[in-house]
Amino acid sequence: MLRVEGLRTWFPIRAGLLQRPKGWLRAVDGIDLEIPRGQTLALVGESGCGKSTVARSLLRLVEPREGSAHFEGVDLLALPKSELRPYRRKLQIVFQDPMASLDPRMRIRDVIAEGMNAFDIGANAAERTERVAAMMRRVQLDPDQMGRYPHEFSGGQRQRICIARALAVEPELVICDEATSALDVSIQAQILNLLRELQAELGLTYLFITHDLGVVRYLADRVAVMYLGRIVEEGGTERLFESPQHPYTQGLLAAVPSVDPARRQVTARVMGDVPSPADPPPGCHFHTRCPEVFDRCRREAPVLYPLEDGGTRCFLEEVRSGASADGAE
Amino acid sequence: MSGAVLEVHGLVTSFPSEGGRSPVVDEVSVEVHAGEVLALVGESGCGKSMTAFSILRLVPKPGRIDAGSVRVAGRDVLALPVAEMRSLRGSDAAMIFQEPMTSLNPVHTVGAQVVEAIRLHEKVSSDAARARTVDLFDQVRIPDPAARFNAYPHELSGGLKQRVMIAMALSLRPKLLIADEPTTALDVTIQAQILELLRELQRDTGTAILLITHDLGVVNELADRISVMYAGRIVEEGTRHQVLGSARHPYTQGLLRSIPSLARRGEPLEEIAGVVPPPSEWPAGCRFATRCPAVLERCAAELPPEVRLAEGQLARCHVVAREQAAG
Repeated sequence: MLRVEGLRTWFPIRAGLLQRPKGWLRAVDGIDLEIPRGQTLALVGESGCGKSTVARSLLRLVEPREGSAHFEGVDLLALPKSELRPYRRKLQIVFQDPMASLDPRMRIRDVIAEGMNAFDIGANAAERTERVAAMMRRVQLDPDQMGRYPHEFSGGQRQRICIARALAVEPELVICDEATSALDVSIQAQILNLLRELQAELGLTYLFITHDLGVVRYLADRVAVMYLGRIVEEGGTERLFESPQHPYTQGLLAAVPSVDPARRQVTARVMGDVPSPADPPPGCHFHTRCPEVFDRCRREAPVLYPLEDGGTRCFLEEVRSGASADGAE
Repeated sequence: MSGAVLEVHGLVTSFPSEGGRSPVVDEVSVEVHAGEVLALVGESGCGKSMTAFSILRLVPKPGRIDAGSVRVAGRDVLALPVAEMRSLRGSDAAMIFQEPMTSLNPVHTVGAQVVEAIRLHEKVSSDAARARTVDLFDQVRIPDPAARFNAYPHELSGGLKQRVMIAMALSLRPKLLIADEPTTALDVTIQAQILELLRELQRDTGTAILLITHDLGVVNELADRISVMYAGRIVEEGTRHQVLGSARHPYTQGLLRSIPSLARRGEPLEEIAGVVPPPSEWPAGCRFATRCPAVLERCAAELPPEVRLAEGQLARCHVVAREQAAG
């Protein structure tokens, strides 16, 4: 459904009186992704890895400098902005902070109907109101409340409103950008269940951006792990969790606490702090924190070495498989 | 019980609400001993942070402590004159918060701030305080501690700032450390470092820790005992193994079942239906009655009894009481 190749989005770092660009913040630095129709790809990483910038780039909320994003055969990044409109209906997004995403002065009915109005969905006002009601029921909100304002709802309910708004235009792909991260765990469970049901019912494809590995394991079919603008490992969910190949993925998984009292398992294998994306380390971006670093890592940037399922951007794989550089870059 | 560094009994802290005042901390009792970590767990709005603020008498107006007792290292905190309270804060009891950026003064170096904290409580020369600060920075594993002394908060990452906060909190060797969501704002790999650090420091210093969090994974990594809060009340308490391994209260059970990492792919997560009721909608009896899958007729009207289960596990619940009577 969606194939991204070579995506690069850089932001200029400006300085001086005239604000001249003096360098580049390479927020997204060569990303390839593929999401089959009806599946969920999780894009995982910690702060500064660029995952939210990927979402914004796909939606052209920021302009990438390079790369393609083929959606149903059309490269979204190559289209002139004037031709993007029909695709804005097919690709929707749900953000982390529902309060920031909702206009406090709009009633919920208008929030959900806004997209429908923009794309002429529904023959008349009465039909649109009926659709709003149907959407609210689908996300388990009471349609009688459609005349209320966002502040009258709880955080979880506001997130449901955002989901209803996204679905009102009948999209095919929904990007969830930390859509459940700000919610309490019991509310998060409600929203995750809802997202799963809607995917099954409507055949939706999800790009799920998150830092929460527990949610990833539960929801995603495939996972791509990002670090400082690059994908360092990707593969099927089970394989990645059972047998992570990249030291950063291994470190991430080792860092996640379990709630099983028989297992106190957190180990900090990844030391130090994330370097600034404006000044990433040379060679492999991860080398400054990698427990398995060797000399080549400091000088050369590894390509994505193919695995049986997915790939890993690490020289250790070259050593393991005796392969030469063959991956996509 | 002797040896308890923190003893809280029947604490009630209220805020104004429709028709009077609501007890956002409602008859909370906890005890933490030297060398022990007690986690106070619950979702947003349950009153856990306000419990911590009440212990240190930092409740913002218009809130006020209405009832109960708080003893820190044997001293009756609620009766202390203000000057003695100030001296207690920092020396006997210290606190670290979720957002270190808002706790650190942006116009002073981090080293200067720790030195100031030390010299506020102890008569030491500035050189001695500085040396102690650098040593503390080293203990909390800040790389290049002497150089970092002169850093400003904005120059440090979230993980480093939190280490500075921990150093500051431990600088006066407090008997009690209250940590309010200490790792919630941190990336998971940084959180892992801070968890390891807290565990190690706690082993080395024997400080009692009251850990406030919503994150059951963090609780599992750090806590010896757990108290679960809901709408101002403690609904279940016990050892880590008891609460995480054999929870009896329906809310605790529901919370544990909501966690995705415990679920199987493809199966729906168990939900706790509904939302936490606001104080104006609290039932007279059990506040979880509006959402409880096991709710009985009496639950909404009658206060749930305290049910003592085996070996120190406790639940406040009519359903558990009934199970106990039948069993």
